[in-house]
Amino acid sequence: MGSTAVEKIISKSVGHRVKAGDFVEVSVDFAYFHDGTGPLIIDALNEMGVKRIFDPNRVGIVFDHSVPPYSDQAATLQAKVRRFAREQGISKFHDLGEGICHQVIPEKGYVAPGMIVVGADSHSCTLGAFGLFSTGMGATDLAYILATGKTWLKVPETLYIKCDGRLSKGVSSKDLILEIVRIVGTDGATYKALEFAGETVRSMSQSSRMTMSNMAVEMGAKTGFIEADEKTIEFLGRDGEIFRTDAAVDSITLDASSLDPKVACPGSVSNVKSVSEVEGQPIDQAFLGSCTNGRYEDLFEAAKILRGKRVHRDTRLIVIPASKSTYIKAQKEGIIDIFLEAGAIIGVTGCGPCLGVHMGVLGDNEVCVSTSNRNFIGRMGARSSSVYLASPQTVAASAINGQITDPRRYI
Amino acid sequence: MIRGRVWKFGDDIDTDVIIPAKYLRSVDKSIWPKHVLEGLDPSFSSKIKPGDIIVAGKNFGCGSSREQAVLAIKWAGISAVVAESFARIFFRNGINNGLPLIECRGISKAVNEGDFIEIDLERGEVHTKQGVLKTSPLPPFLQDILKIGGLVEYYKKKVSANLGR
Repeated sequence: MGSTAVEKIISKSVGHRVKAGDFVEVSVDFAYFHDGTGPLIIDALNEMGVKRIFDPNRVGIVFDHSVPPYSDQAATLQAKVRRFAREQGISKFHDLGEGICHQVIPEKGYVAPGMIVVGADSHSCTLGAFGLFSTGMGATDLAYILATGKTWLKVPETLYIKCDGRLSKGVSSKDLILEIVRIVGTDGATYKALEFAGETVRSMSQSSRMTMSNMAVEMGAKTGFIEADEKTIEFLGRDGEIFRTDAAVDSITLDASSLDPKVACPGSVSNVKSVSEVEGQPIDQAFLGSCTNGRYEDLFEAAKILRGKRVHRDTRLIVIPASKSTYIKAQKEGIIDIFLEAGAIIGVTGCGPCLGVHMGVLGDNEVCVSTSNRNFIGRMGARSSSVYLASPQTVAASAINGQITDPRRYI
Repeated sequence: MIRGRVWKFGDDIDTDVIIPAKYLRSVDKSIWPKHVLEGLDPSFSSKIKPGDIIVAGKNFGCGSSREQAVLAIKWAGISAVVAESFARIFFRNGINNGLPLIECRGISKAVNEGDFIEIDLERGEVHTKQGVLKTSPLPPFLQDILKIGGLVEYYKKKVSANLGR
């Protein structure tokens, strides 16, 4: 009987063979958090009476939620985290403007295939795209990890998603993952690990894979695992231990070649339809960015559509690169100019308006088409506002037309 | 035994409706319970009496890892949440903060808003007007964390002494 890759990674950490359903205590190889969850982590450590964290070299902090701080209180809370990083000697600390934590941590090569990683953010599942076990937890769990270097886990079952076939023009890994959310549902993978595999995933760029893993939590999963390969190693700039699933597990098989562009309609991430079904829905805002789709290839694909075009006069397009290095590359390649000339607004790197606190908050009854990952009630602003989740290509095409538009019209 | 009046909610209650992100960056933590579940009912916090219980459908607490979602519920006076199922980060956060979360299949159909129910954590039972429902019991070490009042207390009493720091 074989094991899943995730079982093997956890087995290695524990020192004996584990299987799905076991409760185990694991050593955490790398832990990270941001300015949003940091203050409660520090409060918990203080209450616990912890003076020194377990290992400052295995901890990363990235400021991404309030960049730059939008209120005096946000600034005060960031100062508290900054002080903590200095006192604890955390060198992997990245202040305002470096990017989104899930992007910066792998870009800097802080993690490697085969590791166990925990982030104090639900989208820490994104790092599963690097052949490692990465999951999100709350502030108190992170504080416990910082104190002890350990945490408990229920070893997850794996739901194996095999995707075959080549994505057609104008269709991206975002459309594929939205289709998977539709099939699995918002809780279909609760307590499980998702593993994305098949020739579609193998032929994808590392950035496209991150988009897939990023949305694992929208199905309730602990992580979105993808087996590492040479693309993974190249992205990280470092080697690691490659784990493979050789067990028979629950699986879903998809034909990616027949996929068309998708949107998740307001209220639930699993409320997925073809773009063609909602074409013509007027929009007030289009957002290109976030840990789901703010990488260079996302900006590049959107720019191909926007080149020489204008954003519709009734729509605002907000573009936020996921990291400083993404921003610099896009600037050097002339992509930022294409956005500016099309009438887009470029924001500083970070989470931007995804969580509805600044840099593009929606007003009453406003509608946004967004490359981010959540469309819950009031997620990006007013309770009466609504969010359609889509690919960078769909967001770009929709921004030009002022209404939800199939990107294949521009390709 | 926990006894309280029921407030009912549906499936997929996410952390953004439990506590919208615009309230999170606050030095004053007392604002969180005032906005609990504001995304679904703006006046909810004013209706809660200490000891009330939330009953919900599947996947309660899905979405963000924000621990303020648990704190808003707990500090608003809610004594427990009983749901068909919980999202996993919220579930950990609840136990870690000493808020009893009870996974109980069939609870949505068994109770109406305003009913009084009793929860027996030891026996893993929820007593409703329609009868007794069995719940999925927590593993013993999680029961310990919950009983002691959360992970911070657990660390102080059980772990830090052994670490010698």
